[in-house]
Amino acid sequence: MSHDHHEQSFFSKYLFSTDHKVIAMQYLFTGMFMALIGGFFAYGFRMQLAFPGIEVPGLGLVTPNLYNELVTNHGSIMIFWVAMPVLIAAFGNYLIPLMIGCDDMVFPRLNRLSYQIFLISAIVLIASFFVPGGGFSGAWTSYPPLSAQAKYNLTPLGAPMWLTAVALEFVAFLLGGINFITTLMNSRAPGMKMWDIPIVLWMIVIASIVFMASAGPLIAGAVMLLFDQIYHIGFFNPNKGGDPILWQHLFWFFGHPEVYVVLLPAMGIVAEVITVFARKKLFGYKTILYTTIATGTLSFFVWAHHQFVAGIDPRMANVFTITTILISIPVTEMCFAYIATLFGGSIELRTPMLFALAFLAEFLIGGVTGIFLGSSGSDIYFHDTYFVLAHFHYTFVPIAIISVFAGIYYWFPKMFGRHMNETLGKIHFWGTVIPFNLIFLPLFFLGLAGQHRRIYSYENFPELAKPYLQDLRILATVSLIVMLSFQVVFLFNFFYSIFKGKKAEKNPWRANTLEWAAASPPPHGNFPELPQVYRPPYEYSVPGRELDYWPQNEKA
Amino acid sequence: MEYIIERASSFAGDIDFLIVLIAVLGGFWLLLAEAVLFYFIVKYRRKASPKAQYITGEEEVSKKWLHWPHYAVIVCDLFIIFFAIQTWVKIKQTLPKPDAVIEVVGQQWAWKFTHPGLDGKLGTKDDVKTVDELHVVVNKTYQFKLKSDDVLHSFSIPVFRLKQDAVPGRTITGWFKPTKTGQFDIQCAEICGIGHGIMGAKLYIETEEEHRTWLEHQRMAQVNGNRINTAKK
Repeated sequence: MSHDHHEQSFFSKYLFSTDHKVIAMQYLFTGMFMALIGGFFAYGFRMQLAFPGIEVPGLGLVTPNLYNELVTNHGSIMIFWVAMPVLIAAFGNYLIPLMIGCDDMVFPRLNRLSYQIFLISAIVLIASFFVPGGGFSGAWTSYPPLSAQAKYNLTPLGAPMWLTAVALEFVAFLLGGINFITTLMNSRAPGMKMWDIPIVLWMIVIASIVFMASAGPLIAGAVMLLFDQIYHIGFFNPNKGGDPILWQHLFWFFGHPEVYVVLLPAMGIVAEVITVFARKKLFGYKTILYTTIATGTLSFFVWAHHQFVAGIDPRMANVFTITTILISIPVTEMCFAYIATLFGGSIELRTPMLFALAFLAEFLIGGVTGIFLGSSGSDIYFHDTYFVLAHFHYTFVPIAIISVFAGIYYWFPKMFGRHMNETLGKIHFWGTVIPFNLIFLPLFFLGLAGQHRRIYSYENFPELAKPYLQDLRILATVSLIVMLSFQVVFLFNFFYSIFKGKKAEKNPWRANTLEWAAASPPPHGNFPELPQVYRPPYEYSVPGRELDYWPQNEKA
Repeated sequence: MEYIIERASSFAGDIDFLIVLIAVLGGFWLLLAEAVLFYFIVKYRRKASPKAQYITGEEEVSKKWLHWPHYAVIVCDLFIIFFAIQTWVKIKQTLPKPDAVIEVVGQQWAWKFTHPGLDGKLGTKDDVKTVDELHVVVNKTYQFKLKSDDVLHSFSIPVFRLKQDAVPGRTITGWFKPTKTGQFDIQCAEICGIGHGIMGAKLYIETEEEHRTWLEHQRMAQVNGNRINTAKK
């Protein structure tokens, strides 16, 4: 395949391509488009919270039903149609073949099918906003009986369409996952042993394994719920002998591993970026890998911490408290290893590095605040409050936004053969990270004050209607608007640089991994000659060498 | 915590203690990690440190920098697990002998309460039924029977630090003991449809006398209501 440079029409090159790089870009652009929708929804409901009853510019009056629809779909979109396609599918597709030195995925047509199904799922979701009754509004967790019966949720079409979209999205990622695992195991360049695989690929593949092992129960659950919605079977209907809590188990058995499915690729991207910009070998490669595997494994045994007060047997909560608190051990160890990587480095604060370091600084806050929720006793109070919301945004925003920006700024020269503007990048960085904290720190406080989730107006709750709490809501909303406006800087920089950016050479960051041995951008088939690997990926600043890097494919 | 939100139940203090404990232990590690991170970023920036060192992190001498904090984290975790479970068992796994039993039913979009009447027993003729207001007596232990008529709801009283989902088809038993009088919010903390945002109720914690007066008022209202109904007929 590598010498197969036949001319392709625009149609077959960009729409029906089997090239992993084109598919990666399709995922990336679809994900970015969905992120705009998700961000717009956040703007809509935050405006209502800060200024209840206002005609939101560009959206109109946010009714209670529209409010629920916005929060439901904001969550669904950001996780299923932004974090997953960008972190797993876009970076996975782009990086796996390039970083292991092969010409494409092992199942290129399966790969194309995966994107096509994903695209259909996104279209079904968007279409669901326009059907009579409006889009689904029963929260992204879709708990029955609310989600199962139209007489409760009042969205007879929106609910099944949402569920269909989610199920299709899963099918897409199952296909992608098979491809990732097989490719990494079978197509590595000659000489690339297990310990020579860049950590980001390990993380993407372990995430794919975790995803594939956890998605089954939820797909089954989704089909059951769909049957409940359409044929009124009653799997989750207590009046027909069903049990609504069963759905929660099926959902969270997938839902919690999912957190680590998106966390791991983000950690991987950050590992690549900090080693390059600190010119350091990754501290404890094997330790990091083992903690990744431990995290992935433990993630299957923590799901019921979402259900402490849901009506499960209270004795079960003790088991899940222990497993949940224990998962802090591999994750902190991973974070410590990353911080240790900076020790003795020579740190250059370019835009990708700024985002990678911000990921570490912010994710630590997200991790520590999780302990309040994982320990059953305090979760009685915090469950379903804004404390939970602030906690998981302190994990998900670093994961799905900050680390993705690190990855985009870092691999942009490879993807498009040009550089992004550094000054605009730094403006975008500060304009994203500072408002991010100003959105969610107030929300932690509101959660402490007892503010519960998915409420369109707190005027009905005297304890929460105090003016100083309203000021905090306004602060969060204004910060969100500031953060969203700074994304314009990014979008301009991104699209302008694709066409007009400074030309990039093959290896502008002087990095070691194999993708930098290909041309920028790599042609169809990637490498003129398939590379050979001679050493591990993070040999930076090796004593006795004049250059401070040592590409994996360079003969000794 | 009590500066942010009042405490009004016997176990609110236990939960607040746990929250403070985690804040202290977690906060210590958070601040330490952030401090080290920022210190490294400043100390090893390119200007100050033009040439990086070569450290694999695989030798014992460097691994100990991961292992020692790692063991210290385990010790902190054990503390947290111990107190988390202790608090949990006290609130959710034990059921103290109640002074009174009430019934709480969630429906789209209101809380319905059944209080025992002057006889102090639930399930008798003088039970007092209310919508969106719950009246309890301070320093009495209450057991609640929580049900739902339609979808999931979550019976949440922030000043009690109490939360329990209501599940259709099940009766979930729990307890609380109010410790100060006043008026407080009752929330529904699980999304339950279009009216979730208005599904709130009032909690009135009263002294014994106030509660008796309230019960008598209810009784009178009931009798009067019956009289009016009979007269109409």
